[in-house]
Amino acid sequence: MDATTVIAQAVFIIVATLTLIAAFLTVLVRNVFHAALALVGTFFGVAAIYLMLEAEFLAIVQVLVYIGAIAVLILFAVMLTRGLMQRDTISFNRQWAWAALVISTLFLGLFILILQVPWLQTPGTAIYTDLTPWLGTQLLTTYLLPFEIVSALLLAALVGAFIIARE
Amino acid sequence: MITQIPLVYYLALAAALFCVGSFGALARRNAIAVLMGIELMLNAVNINLVAFWRYGAADPVVNQAGIVFALFVITLAAAEAAVGLALIIAIYRSRDTVNIEEIDLLKW
Repeated sequence: MDATTVIAQAVFIIVATLTLIAAFLTVLVRNVFHAALALVGTFFGVAAIYLMLEAEFLAIVQVLVYIGAIAVLILFAVMLTRGLMQRDTISFNRQWAWAALVISTLFLGLFILILQVPWLQTPGTAIYTDLTPWLGTQLLTTYLLPFEIVSALLLAALVGAFIIARE
Repeated sequence: MITQIPLVYYLALAAALFCVGSFGALARRNAIAVLMGIELMLNAVNINLVAFWRYGAADPVVNQAGIVFALFVITLAAAEAAVGLALIIAIYRSRDTVNIEEIDLLKW
């Protein structure tokens, strides 16, 4: 292995470890507000992973939509339903041990499966063109119908959320 | 830089993130924390989609199905979060709790 390989893999492992630590904090921390802040950290880590995969546009969308909209929405919901998760409340329900067992079995199975399949080891050459114009063209030609449907769905969901949540 | 990282690394990270998220969705008592677990799972799936797009597409610049799919997943996650949090707030107003063990109106 040459130096660039070591550096690239080290950067990936550091980013992945930080992302996973933030994810574990999101799930394990008792205070829901702190869990939401850890969730923001996870979203940043995933955006960094997108950058490493040369999907710059998706990384920016991840920061804008997940951190800018979803995380703020979750923080608002936490603040509107506050006072329920005090220091002495239990953060896990009765079936948490079963859930942990099933999930660790699932992870082991997935991990063994991932290691056994002969994946393509490396991608083609690095991308030097700007992806974003291509993506815009594709969205308005090849994927026009799903694009319009998903916009209608988003509108319906937001109007529905407003109607459900109002007094 | 990308050419030096095997696809397996991304898949292992996505699998771990998915499992952590699904544990959160299954084991937490606070409904908002359950929603956060689901967001983690959606993020893990997105990592898989983008990784397969980058490594699997013959020409990643022309063939962008994976990245477009990831964009749609992000949009659906936004819609899901909005509706889910609205439901949680509505339930909190009427029943004064966000503990999913106490929200059992439709259970029996």
